[in-house]
Amino acid sequence: MKNLFGRSWLIAVYTFLYIPIVTLVVYSFNASPLVTVWSEFTFKWYAALAHDTELTGGLVLSLKVALMSGLMSVFFGTFTAFALVRYRKFRGRTFLASMANAPLVMPDVIVGLSLLLMLVTVQRWFGFPERGIFTILLGHALTGTAYAAVVVMSRLREFDTRMEEAAMDLGCKPWQVFTLVTLPLIAPALISAFLLTFTLSFDDVVLAAFLSGPGSTTLPLVIFSRARLGLNPSINAIATAIITVVSIAVIASSIYQARAERRRQREMAEAYAQAN
Amino acid sequence: MAVTKDTPVREDLLRIEGLSKVFDESVRAVDDVSLRVAKGEIFALLGSSGCGKSTLLRMLAGFEAPTAGKIYLAGKDITNLPPYQRPINMMFQSYALFPHLNVWDNVAFGLRRDGMPKGDVAERVESMLKLVQLTKFAKRKPHQLSGGQQQRVALARSLAKRPQLLLLDEPLGALDKKLRESTQLELVNIIEEVGVTCVLVTHDQEEAMTMASRIAVMSEGSFKQVGSPSEIYETPNSRLVADFVGNVNIFDGQVVEDEADHVTVSCPECMHYVGHGITGTQGMAVGVALRPEKIQLLREQPQGPHNWCEGTIEDIAYFGAYTTYHLKLKTGMVLKVQQANLSRHNVQDPTWGDKVYAEWSADSMVVLTH
Repeated sequence: MKNLFGRSWLIAVYTFLYIPIVTLVVYSFNASPLVTVWSEFTFKWYAALAHDTELTGGLVLSLKVALMSGLMSVFFGTFTAFALVRYRKFRGRTFLASMANAPLVMPDVIVGLSLLLMLVTVQRWFGFPERGIFTILLGHALTGTAYAAVVVMSRLREFDTRMEEAAMDLGCKPWQVFTLVTLPLIAPALISAFLLTFTLSFDDVVLAAFLSGPGSTTLPLVIFSRARLGLNPSINAIATAIITVVSIAVIASSIYQARAERRRQREMAEAYAQAN
Repeated sequence: MAVTKDTPVREDLLRIEGLSKVFDESVRAVDDVSLRVAKGEIFALLGSSGCGKSTLLRMLAGFEAPTAGKIYLAGKDITNLPPYQRPINMMFQSYALFPHLNVWDNVAFGLRRDGMPKGDVAERVESMLKLVQLTKFAKRKPHQLSGGQQQRVALARSLAKRPQLLLLDEPLGALDKKLRESTQLELVNIIEEVGVTCVLVTHDQEEAMTMASRIAVMSEGSFKQVGSPSEIYETPNSRLVADFVGNVNIFDGQVVEDEADHVTVSCPECMHYVGHGITGTQGMAVGVALRPEKIQLLREQPQGPHNWCEGTIEDIAYFGAYTTYHLKLKTGMVLKVQQANLSRHNVQDPTWGDKVYAEWSADSMVVLTH
């Protein structure tokens, strides 16, 4: 009885979560331009994608911005995390710690608006920067740095500093300690920080809406503006394409991880068998 | 009795002079420590946690800068050298093996930093792995090894650069008891085979006694006694050392007779006739230390006025090879007595509540003047 209840609850939640996505995928193959009426199966919206320069341009721009802001966030976030975790006492530590976390809790609308006001003023005084890819990047790197710092900090806190001492003991100069030991050991955290900030940047509408200029419309902005004018099935098509790519990546990585874990278990069992 | 100053015959490799480390401007972790360690010696720093032994070791490795004092290695002042320029390597507590490198690369790590040619690195790593019998595990990652194997990798890694001084931080702390005993001797054999001078830190007195040729008992940042394991055990110079190393009964008493070859100490429990002279005066308050294994239990009252007392058995702890009896004396003091179990199921063995006599010889005690 309890089991039945649990299972139906699970099904209900999954249905609620995934029905919209399934509908979106199904209707990307709908011949009718009306999103709500099914007529017949077609690939024409996918074919149309190739000629829709607004959409493809948006996609390319979004990928560019996400890639660069991801890298910038990880770079600055890592330095912030090191300063906060490794250097326990310095003037302004508490200030930096709360400032680093502020973008996490601040509503995007506020961050976007304040950035816009600042950039407009700066542009009026210096004639720079023109709103466009650079300003979007600035906004995304700002929030991304905060997220990356949080991810890297949690890894650094559990980092065994004896590893670094061992490296130094064996003849590493400080920069070699960082590149040969610290960096490889925190690499998983850097990769997850990058994936997180990449994703945050890729699907951001709010900051981009404030900070984009003419000719720099990211994909979420294109989709958002089209949705207001009435949906077009080519949006479904590009969404389906993205969903496909993401699903393949997620499935591949979980298969890889499961295999690595099984291999690790087997090798450990072997090691213990040989030791005894 | 003053701190036993050992004068090694062999030449000194390590010389520490007046070394101190003060944390946060008030905590004296290491307080004016001086020490000489001879070439080829295995020296143990023994003390409970927080006694400053690890801080001292970290200063030798170069991870902590001393507040005062000097460290000389083979006559050269290395006090201000960074860790990567010292010809000293350390085997870390719980090993600190690099998890992203396999066994071979872990051992080769230090050699590569020195820019050693590839062929030489390979040759050295092979010989090190052979030394610790891990040749067939070369391609394993550390997490694929058992605790004992990891310990051997750590040893190979710290010996690979042929350091002049090897530091061991709680070398066997992460192993279980059974494995520890066999590893202790194996470790000493390898260290002696290589011939490297070694300073080890431990809180385990058995580990210090079996591995080291000399021991420094540390407490509150300074050395309380330095000497060979048997000196530390048989002639402790203070209550602290006697109490820390092994089990001990300490009687409080007063010197009533002070001669060159013997002293008599009067305690509430009994009179002690001690077969050695002391640097003290008549009437001085002293402690008499008596190890539990140096006492015999008797059924009949011993003859003579000295070195025996009467008590009731309060507790019996059976350890297999020996049994420890807790004897309650008239004064309320509990005397620990250890008897070897020489035969099986001896009906003569005392049991709970029995009234027995404890007796010991004149040369089994040490008078502690402080």
